[in-house]
Amino acid sequence: MIRDITLGQYFPGESAIHRLDPRVKIIATLLFIIELFIVDNFIGFAIAAVYLGAVIAVSRVPLSFIVRGLKPVIIILLFTFALNIFMVDGQIIWQWKFLHITVEGVRLAVFMAIRIILLLIGSSMLTLCTRPLSLTDGIERLLSPFKKIGLPAHEIAMMMTIALRFIPTLLEETDKIMKAQQARGADFESGGLIQKAKALIPILVPLFVSAFRIAMDLAMAMESRCYRGGEHRTRMHEMKLKGMDWAAIAFLVVFLAMIIIESRIF
Amino acid sequence: MSIQVENLVHIYDKGMPSEQLALDNVSFEAEDGQLVGIIGHTGSGKSTLLQHLNGLLRPHSGKVIVGGVDITQPGVPMVQIRKKIGLVFQYPEYQLFEETVAKDVAFGPKNLGLSEEEIAERVREAIELVGLDYEEVAERSPFDLSGGQKRRVAIAGVVAMRPEVLILDEPTAGLDPKAHQDVLKMVQEVHERTGNITILVSHNMADIARLCDKVVVIDSGKLVAVGTPYEVFSQKDQLREVGLELPPVTQFTETLREKGIELDSTILDVDTAVSQIAKYLKKEK
Amino acid sequence: MDNIIKIENLTFEYLRDEDQMNLKAIEDVSLEIERGSFTAIIGKNGSGKSTLAKNLNGLLLPTEGVVYVGGFDTRDDKHIWDVRQTAGMVFQNPDNQLVSAIVEDDVAFGPENLGIDPAEIRRRVDKALEDVNMGKYKKKAPHLLSGGQKQRVAIAGVVAMKPQCIIFDEPTAMLDPRGRDEIMAIIDELHEEGITVILITHFMEEAVRADRVIIMHEGKILMDGTPAEVYAQEELLRSANLTIPLMVEVAAKLRQQGIDVPQGIITEEKMVEFICQYK
Repeated sequence: MIRDITLGQYFPGESAIHRLDPRVKIIATLLFIIELFIVDNFIGFAIAAVYLGAVIAVSRVPLSFIVRGLKPVIIILLFTFALNIFMVDGQIIWQWKFLHITVEGVRLAVFMAIRIILLLIGSSMLTLCTRPLSLTDGIERLLSPFKKIGLPAHEIAMMMTIALRFIPTLLEETDKIMKAQQARGADFESGGLIQKAKALIPILVPLFVSAFRIAMDLAMAMESRCYRGGEHRTRMHEMKLKGMDWAAIAFLVVFLAMIIIESRIF
Repeated sequence: MSIQVENLVHIYDKGMPSEQLALDNVSFEAEDGQLVGIIGHTGSGKSTLLQHLNGLLRPHSGKVIVGGVDITQPGVPMVQIRKKIGLVFQYPEYQLFEETVAKDVAFGPKNLGLSEEEIAERVREAIELVGLDYEEVAERSPFDLSGGQKRRVAIAGVVAMRPEVLILDEPTAGLDPKAHQDVLKMVQEVHERTGNITILVSHNMADIARLCDKVVVIDSGKLVAVGTPYEVFSQKDQLREVGLELPPVTQFTETLREKGIELDSTILDVDTAVSQIAKYLKKEK
Repeated sequence: MDNIIKIENLTFEYLRDEDQMNLKAIEDVSLEIERGSFTAIIGKNGSGKSTLAKNLNGLLLPTEGVVYVGGFDTRDDKHIWDVRQTAGMVFQNPDNQLVSAIVEDDVAFGPENLGIDPAEIRRRVDKALEDVNMGKYKKKAPHLLSGGQKQRVAIAGVVAMKPQCIIFDEPTAMLDPRGRDEIMAIIDELHEEGITVILITHFMEEAVRADRVIIMHEGKILMDGTPAEVYAQEELLRSANLTIPLMVEVAAKLRQQGIDVPQGIITEEKMVEFICQYK
């Protein structure tokens, strides 16, 4: 199950989308999401779908891989679909006891489903085609204008970087601790909910102790390597908008214009 | 009591592109009272082997027979396996979690479903067996102890389960020389007191040569050699091929032999080496 | 003589809870480290050797006394970054000192903190990774590397800051023999390139290659001299709970048997030479 979630995963590649400036990709994704909520007719969704389709085609991420990422959210999808289809009042086309389906309900349910699917695929394209570290870099740059109003842009990005670095380490650590406690006869499978929760203590306590130890060691290592926050810091990977990025921005503007014009006309 | 490992095969990620043969037809056996050493590089398959002995991993094929029972069979209850085989992982102090030393050591016996009195008795015995003073440490937090002491408490946690086979994966890793010697001495004492099988994984060839009755050498999931320390360390070419070292004193005397100094082959202890060198030097002068 | 580090009457105490006495980890130590030298500092756990190392990098500041690194007083806030850039530090746990999920980005972390020009950082990162033979692993994630490889990345991260001195705080304690050899070979190379090396360790065998060995015991310097001088004092070493290098033990036992082994034979090479001369 966990392995199926492609949301938030990175799909290594060298496509034009992969090489775009992360800032462009983040802004494009945000605009795409906002637009999905502005659009309220099928032609608008069709334009969004074509745009997304073009992005997927250029990225060379296999469609099957992206679709697999939708699996874990199917239940949420069905739930919202059912909720909309039955709950909206209007022109009744089918009725059974207190349940009824209306034209407006069907319309809304289908809209919502399309909206959620496009939203999920659209946002997962960002993480699929952007190295986690470029993503944090991009977020830092985009947030940096807000530093003036006290937003710790650099600190947020640094925290994300460190989290990305240590997630595998902590997973490994968890695995080791679990095995060690199992060797001492711990049982994580049987028993009721309370018993299962209790069985977690022998894992969680050592895990916290490890996490603190890592944090202390890391803080010391960072300090000895002259880390003093975001001030005076330069970056090895410079972010400069290249031709490709400008092309992507132009593409984005065209898409935006189409959506706005479309919503005016219909 | 004896332990027999027969034709053990383990494959990681079977059927996936990352498929990897981790254990390739490994067989060896050990009997009561034996201290068995396992040597091999990191990633040689040692850890995979240990986890099979303890039932944490199931083999693709092959058997692990402990006291006549094949523990790889699906029907064998886990509690039964844990009673027979105790496994102390690397850096075991990182698995301590209870408020007091006594409670932590009691965790294993409790999981075996023993009575309160039996648990209390075993905890006291195990703490003393690993060379700590029960009265002094029992009610203290394990997190307040020194590195070497923590490690002893962790080992006591497994010893208290009274396993018939005690497996220790690099019990001296990261310790300073004094603590290193102390922990080894403690392992030896526990081994002698219980009279059971002890399996010791180590990178330190001098320790292996000095302590073990039997040595098992593993490389790339395969058994390279098995025998007494003398037998194993005599197979110099095989060891060199897989990049494992000889004990330093053996390496030293072999170098002298290559230069034409007459000494016995495969000398494993310093005193023998010194007396033979002294004899040679006195004769030549 | 040009000294890169100068310690004057250093005392360091760890602050503890109110009801306990402060723990004195270092007591009145004075020491000078010559530029370009290779010094090994040995002692058992709790002897104060790691505390001393952290005082050399400004991670800890003296309770009493002064530490000068490259002429800068470590207590001087204005120069703390100069201190840390002059004397870089490699720690024991290979996992817990890497910041980034990609090898080359981790190596760039130090130079980035120093505010160096991006093109220059790129050059330094590539060079440093080549220096530790990790050029092939630039784009890899650290958690997929072996312990020895991770430690090499950590060393590259310090080398890329171009320090004059590197302090290694038990860099091999958590490695297997293969990783240990890799790291010791790199330390030798760095020393040959002119970097001042301070190696904190509890492995006597690693200290044989140093120019100077300092034995710490209970917060004080117990011995200070060339490896040959220090290892000759077997009894004192034993009293500090340290192991004796194999060749020192062999030499001592041969002397007991009436063989006149000259002082200063502390490596296998020299011992083999000595024995073979009677052939």
